[in-house]
Amino acid sequence: MPGITREEVAHLARLARLELKDEELEHFAGQLDDIIGAVARVSEVAEQDVPPTSHPLPLTNVMRPDEVRPSLTPQEALSGAPAQEQQRFKVPQILGED
Amino acid sequence: MTDIIKLTAAQIAERIASGELTAVQVTEAHLARIEAVDEKVHAFLHVDREGALAQAREVDAKRERGEKLGPLAGVPLALKDIFTTKGIPTTVGSKILEGWIPPYDATLTKRLKDADVVILGKTNMDEFAMGSSTENSAYGPTGNPWDLTKIPGGSGGGSSAALAAYQAPLAIGTDTGGSIRQPAAVTGTVGVKPTYGSVSRYGMVAFSSSLDQGGPCARTVLDAALLHEVIAGHDPMDSTSIDAPVPPVVEAARNGSVQGMRVGVVKQFRGEGYQAGVVQRFDESVELLKELGAEIVELDCPSFDLALAAYYLIAPSECSSNLARFDGLRYGLRAGDDGTRSAEDVTALTREAGFGPEVKRRVMLGTYALSSGYYDAYYGSAQKVRTLITRDFEKAFEQVDVIVSPTTPTTAFAIGERADDPMAMYLADLCTIPTNLAGNAAMSLPCGLAPEDNLPVGLQIIAPALKDDRLYKVGAAVEAAFTARWGHHLLEEAPSL
Repeated sequence: MPGITREEVAHLARLARLELKDEELEHFAGQLDDIIGAVARVSEVAEQDVPPTSHPLPLTNVMRPDEVRPSLTPQEALSGAPAQEQQRFKVPQILGED
Repeated sequence: MTDIIKLTAAQIAERIASGELTAVQVTEAHLARIEAVDEKVHAFLHVDREGALAQAREVDAKRERGEKLGPLAGVPLALKDIFTTKGIPTTVGSKILEGWIPPYDATLTKRLKDADVVILGKTNMDEFAMGSSTENSAYGPTGNPWDLTKIPGGSGGGSSAALAAYQAPLAIGTDTGGSIRQPAAVTGTVGVKPTYGSVSRYGMVAFSSSLDQGGPCARTVLDAALLHEVIAGHDPMDSTSIDAPVPPVVEAARNGSVQGMRVGVVKQFRGEGYQAGVVQRFDESVELLKELGAEIVELDCPSFDLALAAYYLIAPSECSSNLARFDGLRYGLRAGDDGTRSAEDVTALTREAGFGPEVKRRVMLGTYALSSGYYDAYYGSAQKVRTLITRDFEKAFEQVDVIVSPTTPTTAFAIGERADDPMAMYLADLCTIPTNLAGNAAMSLPCGLAPEDNLPVGLQIIAPALKDDRLYKVGAAVEAAFTARWGHHLLEEAPSL
């Protein structure tokens, strides 16, 4: 079992969109290593011919008729927005300038 | 006023229906109690004084008009801050939703309102329901009313503490790995995790969607059943909602009996890490079940030994995906938006500022377990363990009607004791997790105090999916026998606040 390095934690943090501080990277590396070490026991069953269960219920997609129904007003939908403009969510720039 | 707050929900409903009490009187008594003790307990994150009184006045007006009242009309309730409440803050115990006012009600919230239950406010919880102690709340921990230096369990510590402190006769919790049952056990109250899919998850902030289940918390088995009937049932707004009739839980709670029942005791639910006093009270409960006419059957469920490991891969994996919605773009906190940063950077800064350590830890763990190269070894294997656990339960329920175990391996530990040791903290859920993985139903109810620390011990009862009524039938019989033996409800032994 490879140990989880500080660099790996930094990479995970980027994937998870978490701007972790330096001391957090250090702290989490140790803790994640401990936790992974403890939970890796599940791989004991990996070779067994057991189907995985992802959910306790057999899920099927739920469809409804495509009819217009009352819903949130634009004001309600935008009520929690950190920033809004012209009845839209105002977000920081998504595309870079170059 | 003291008398009113000690009444059960069933008694309150009866007295309101008969006109002996008004809903306003009952609500005022509980609001006064919250005001008097919540500074010490910190069960509530938000008390909706005006809203609660308005609901109570409406119940009284309905009664005066001679309209039919529901079975819990006018009974106050403390709602875990994980359910959306229109016009009332919902924070999930997190800074990332501080000040957020939802524009809609969760289905569960709506059902409570439609049943004329009076919602007193929102209760404290571990951030995003991740934890077993309520220490992970961004708004500070809740104290256990039995000993304020001890944890009240988690993540629904606020809901169970509110019951034990007589701030509300009813509360709502959610149970992903034990967050209803473990707090119930350590506070000397009753908590039920209904069958997965039987209480709507619509408007309940998702942590681990295949495990999360809302359910009732109360001081008595009958009260839990009355609340169960109000909140359970199919919801077309939730694709994971089961379209099946709600089992007759109230009837079962009114007719408690274990006569002729086969009760399973699982070998894997004991061993290292179990406190002596917890084991002692559990063994006494098994003796009691025998005296009451049950047949005890020893069971071997070998896969249960892997349940904790599987859970701590599956729950973080699902949470890392579910919590992606907290991106600082459409609602909640936004940090670092100074006009120069990209949306991606603002999202990362927002999540760094808004999430606490346990949430970050689980998001990272989930991201790791789902990453290419590790997926099969961790997440894939955990899902296989889930199959094995489900099979163990199926085999067990061919031999027995219900399974019993201690709810938690220890009584309430001290606040701060396990805060820096995630693995030690995770052990609190050792006995509750197999049920979440399999989706069946379980209850925790008080079975005495551990002699070494005089803190409550919980007895867990587990039933097959959609047989929730068995929990209440067995629970009511055990409760009645213990209450007769002790001469009072266990909570009477708690020190006064």
